[in-house]
Amino acid sequence: MALTQRPLFDPPIVRRALRDAFGKLHPRHMVRNPVMFVVLVGSALTTLALARDIITRQGSVGFTLQLALWLWFTVYFANVAEAMAEGRGKAQADSLRATRTHTMAKRLEDPTDHLSGEPVPAPALRRGDFVLCGAGDVIPGDGEVVEGVASVDESAITGESAPVIRESGGDRSAVTGGTRVLSDWLVIRITANPGETFIDRMIALVEGAQRRKTPNEIALTILLSGLTIIFLLAVATLASFARYSGAAPSVPVLIALLVCLIPTTIGGLLSAIGIAGMDRLIQHNVIAMSGRSVEAAGDVNTLLLDKTGTITLGNRQAVEFIPVPGVSVERLADRAQLASLPDETPEGRSIVVLAKEKFGIRGRALAEGRTLVMTGGGDGVAGERHEAEFVPFSATTRMSGVNMGKLHLRKGASDAVARWVREHRGEVPGDLAPIVERIARQGGTPLVVAEQDNGTPHVLGVVHLKDVVKGGIRERFDRLRAMGIRTVMITGDNPLTAAAIAQEAGVDDFLAEATPEEKMTLIKREQSGGRLVAMTGDGTNDAPALAQADVGVAMNSGTQAAKEAGNMIDLDSNPTKLIEVVEIGKQLLMTRGALTTFSIANDVAKYFAIVPAMFLATYPVLDALNVMRLHSPASAILSAVIFNALIIIALIPLALRGVTYRPAPAAVILRRNLLVYGLGGLLLPFVGIKVIDVLLVSLRLV
Amino acid sequence: MTIGGWSQIGLFALLVLVITKPLGIYLVRVYDGSTRWLAPVEQLIYRVCGVDSAEDQHWTRYAGALLLFSAASMLLTYLVLRTQHVLPLDPFHRASVVDRQAFETAASFTTNTNWQSYSGETTMSYFSQMTQLAFHNFASAAVGMAAAVALVRGIARRSAGRIGNFWVDLTRGTLYVLLPLSLLLALLFVQQGMIQSFAPYRTVTTLEGAKQVLAMGPVASQEAIKQLGTNGGGFFNANAAHPFENPTPWTNLWSMLAIFAIPAALTYLLGRMVNDQRHGWAVLAAMYVLFLAGVTIAYWSEARGNPIHESRGIDVATTATNPGGNMEGKEVRFGIATSALYATVTTDASCGAVNSMHDSFTPLGGLVPLLNIQLGEVVFGGVGAGLYGILVMVVLTVFIAGLMVGRTPEYLGKKIQTREVQMAMLYVLVFPAAILTLSGASAVLHGGLAGLANAGPHGLSEILYAFSSTAGNNGSAFAGLTGSTYYYNTLLGLNTLIGRFAMMVPMLALAGFLSEKRTVAESAGTFPVNTPIFVALLVAVIVIVGALTFFPALALGPIVEHFLMQAGRLF
Repeated sequence: MALTQRPLFDPPIVRRALRDAFGKLHPRHMVRNPVMFVVLVGSALTTLALARDIITRQGSVGFTLQLALWLWFTVYFANVAEAMAEGRGKAQADSLRATRTHTMAKRLEDPTDHLSGEPVPAPALRRGDFVLCGAGDVIPGDGEVVEGVASVDESAITGESAPVIRESGGDRSAVTGGTRVLSDWLVIRITANPGETFIDRMIALVEGAQRRKTPNEIALTILLSGLTIIFLLAVATLASFARYSGAAPSVPVLIALLVCLIPTTIGGLLSAIGIAGMDRLIQHNVIAMSGRSVEAAGDVNTLLLDKTGTITLGNRQAVEFIPVPGVSVERLADRAQLASLPDETPEGRSIVVLAKEKFGIRGRALAEGRTLVMTGGGDGVAGERHEAEFVPFSATTRMSGVNMGKLHLRKGASDAVARWVREHRGEVPGDLAPIVERIARQGGTPLVVAEQDNGTPHVLGVVHLKDVVKGGIRERFDRLRAMGIRTVMITGDNPLTAAAIAQEAGVDDFLAEATPEEKMTLIKREQSGGRLVAMTGDGTNDAPALAQADVGVAMNSGTQAAKEAGNMIDLDSNPTKLIEVVEIGKQLLMTRGALTTFSIANDVAKYFAIVPAMFLATYPVLDALNVMRLHSPASAILSAVIFNALIIIALIPLALRGVTYRPAPAAVILRRNLLVYGLGGLLLPFVGIKVIDVLLVSLRLV
Repeated sequence: MTIGGWSQIGLFALLVLVITKPLGIYLVRVYDGSTRWLAPVEQLIYRVCGVDSAEDQHWTRYAGALLLFSAASMLLTYLVLRTQHVLPLDPFHRASVVDRQAFETAASFTTNTNWQSYSGETTMSYFSQMTQLAFHNFASAAVGMAAAVALVRGIARRSAGRIGNFWVDLTRGTLYVLLPLSLLLALLFVQQGMIQSFAPYRTVTTLEGAKQVLAMGPVASQEAIKQLGTNGGGFFNANAAHPFENPTPWTNLWSMLAIFAIPAALTYLLGRMVNDQRHGWAVLAAMYVLFLAGVTIAYWSEARGNPIHESRGIDVATTATNPGGNMEGKEVRFGIATSALYATVTTDASCGAVNSMHDSFTPLGGLVPLLNIQLGEVVFGGVGAGLYGILVMVVLTVFIAGLMVGRTPEYLGKKIQTREVQMAMLYVLVFPAAILTLSGASAVLHGGLAGLANAGPHGLSEILYAFSSTAGNNGSAFAGLTGSTYYYNTLLGLNTLIGRFAMMVPMLALAGFLSEKRTVAESAGTFPVNTPIFVALLVAVIVIVGALTFFPALALGPIVEHFLMQAGRLF
């Protein structure tokens, strides 16, 4: 499996981060983060002041030394946080890189002539080349199947060990470089040059090589820079106010105050939060093409969900036998089961199972083609033996069935079966239509069963096939609704069926008999109403809608066109994951907001620590502001700076993991986060600074 | 503190609440153009001035018109003040106003600050008072209201940067709001005995037998717009402490009501125009919280008085005949409660009229007016300026708190993104940059220190107050600082311009940017801007941003002064 789950503090990643963080001290790198750049400059100035103190043997060298060290730690810790987040991506990238193929490929001069091939190294392939891959071959690059059908092991990309079928034409034609053909052969047209393949792009994305600041991140950086400038002004002018008052705080002390006031906590963790958000998606096997799309996911108002596979289990299942008057339900069940025995479709299987569960009618032995079937078998009752001939489903007859000697059984759409009965001069009972209609109204599919037993055929009754809504999906939609997200079900079913399923699943709206054009119209309508739309898709005809949607998650099993159009790719091809994607987007933004609030709220305590300490010599009465009763001015200032540095380390797990997220209305989330990060941010430093102060004193560091 | 004092404060707070809605509805009708009872006059003005009243201006054009109007009217005032000795309506033959003071006064009145480094009764001719200063009292208020309405339009509309027509807003605000209300208020004032006269100055014999010249003048008409437009420039040097300018407790109450009336009503206009009345009330609620907190501290501190007085054997107990507390610098006819209230009101709103001397307040009592201004003049604030100021704070609140609910922050459906945060931060930065830099320089430069009347922390408070008052376009003075020097005239004059226009332009840009955005549909996931928790957040952001910015400076000023007073030292 390519994308592995890693513990938060994976020792190799931590080691690498501790090392990489030094490299990030370069001013050219630091200047991208204005808040931490100010700390860097402050640390350098404090170090200069320290050097001066040592040379001139003036001032308190021990104090300035500790101050300088902790200021450097502050910068370093912030870099560690970023390196940690990047390290997780790099580790993913390394394991992906291992799957990149350097094998030889068989390039075809002429795609129709399989013997025209010549072996070339995979990196030499260019867009438009044709290659032939046989069983056991690694597919040399991204491409489209132009000929052949084969089972392919895509576990290198998806982590899913079950092989998938890839064939030319339709929605299953895309193959990814690095995957392996298990059986049969494929002719593939290469669609990506080396370095531009899916895996290459994934590596770049998870590694953060192409990471650009997202819009929200830029806005937040501006806010933080603004605050930094304000505090820079406050501290710089404090020097002259102090001079007016007859006090002379040293430059290192002013820098300490400045560093404590500017939002270093969020400033230091901001990029880590962004990178970790992308990483969390990757942990869910979703690759986001940009950080922007992750943010957009948090803003989504409307989810378009395909019915099949997302809301319902893939297939319809039999839930009820409804005989027409004059026929016993057992007889209907028996005949329906008999007619379904050779039917390998999930619907057919479910009829067999239902008959067995409800009436104890055993499945009978079967083999391919012609077989001996025991009929009339109750428990322990020997049935008759028959030769059975299968009548498979076809688009023209829209029926399937079985012929056993004189006994002919048919099941299928009501009009198709009725026609068959009439054609054989049978009579369709008037009671059939209301039953069929009732089932359709409930969102089910009516399957009419008829038999012809050596004479005129007659209708036995109806099997109610039903879409089975996935367990727990209703609760998920309720949670989404609480978050203010509307769910819209997309289905090809008729409106009647769609409405019934929509009601059962608890979606807010549905689009029945959906065509790609209607889907597009729906998205545009939602967007013009000021809503952001997320959807999943896999087919080529989904591509325009995927591109139009604000968040388009393409299934990895889908076509190349769909993958190009979406801004995320789900490697597991699980449409339900859209909900998790939205949650991760929200969590990302919440983490930023929570830490910003925390960072600003912290300042109050730091003022009470540092300001009285700075002016105690001039105005002893200001000790009244020393509400924490800190030991001395030196211990107070150091404690505040140490707290400020350590809090960054302490919050790295939170930044990487994200704040706890529970779906709830905005007002509830806000109240909870304000309580934890606002009030907590206000109070925690009072305790933290006091504890550090006591420790400093007991360790005789001041 | 007395029950009588609190009930006066309570009555005032209630009366403001009562007029908010009716006046707010009227303002909405004025600015959407549906009030037309002076239409012929209005149309005539447009025709004479060549204004295309149908034009919907892009924010850049709106801001350009605003700046042009302000610059031109400021220049005119400068010229009139410089030449008033040759102009008519000057029975006392006043000299020309000196250049630095003329500049400062022109800047100060154009920016709705009305900081005065001169005595009105000895410096200004009636012509200057009535054509220039009174004109600015109307015009600067109308400009402020226009800018606020433009911002609200930007929030409410989706109009590709178009936020209304400055000339129309200016005209309608003056014609339909300020002129009629001033007329009404002036009549109320005159009824209470405020003077309105061109009669020569009177010479009277005082009880002690000394001769005293009593300055006269058309006071009531000036006084009405001075309060209503949160201008605050006094006709007399003593401002509203002068018996001719504020004769009775009733004129005192009408004055304070006039100061808060339009700023309060504008919050109703906000709610109405953005189609979320509860949001309007929420903004007003935040203003009320900050206002009541301020007046409580000021009243408590003044009523508590000075411990040093008590230790010297002075009777500071509050009885039926003795106000108790700190009466220094207060008028006996107003007492402690309404002096503290007036000081809070005049600094909450950037009015700057005073009925007592803030310089003589106790350190904490004096801290309240100073901090009120430093919070950014957003607690009611100047007419218009208060609303757009607090809306910028709302944008910041929404941005910080909005992230916490897991969405790109949006304010009433408009996403707050890079450009909006940029403009909001620019707006917020101007204030501390101007106040702190100029105060910091003045605290160490000779020119700054030369004007100080008091040493120590109190002197620092005086410097801080002067620059805060001018940057905040408040105009009230802590007194004690001699402002009529080249140093202070120039810097304070400049400061008023920075505090007005350097903030207005990014604010109008913000309005333009917001109007370019499509409105995102509201849902349960949207950050609510009309709940008590939003009010609490808004208050917290205003206090934290303001307090964090100025706390170090204040610690060395009023705060340390307070502790020193407790320890028995005064300055």
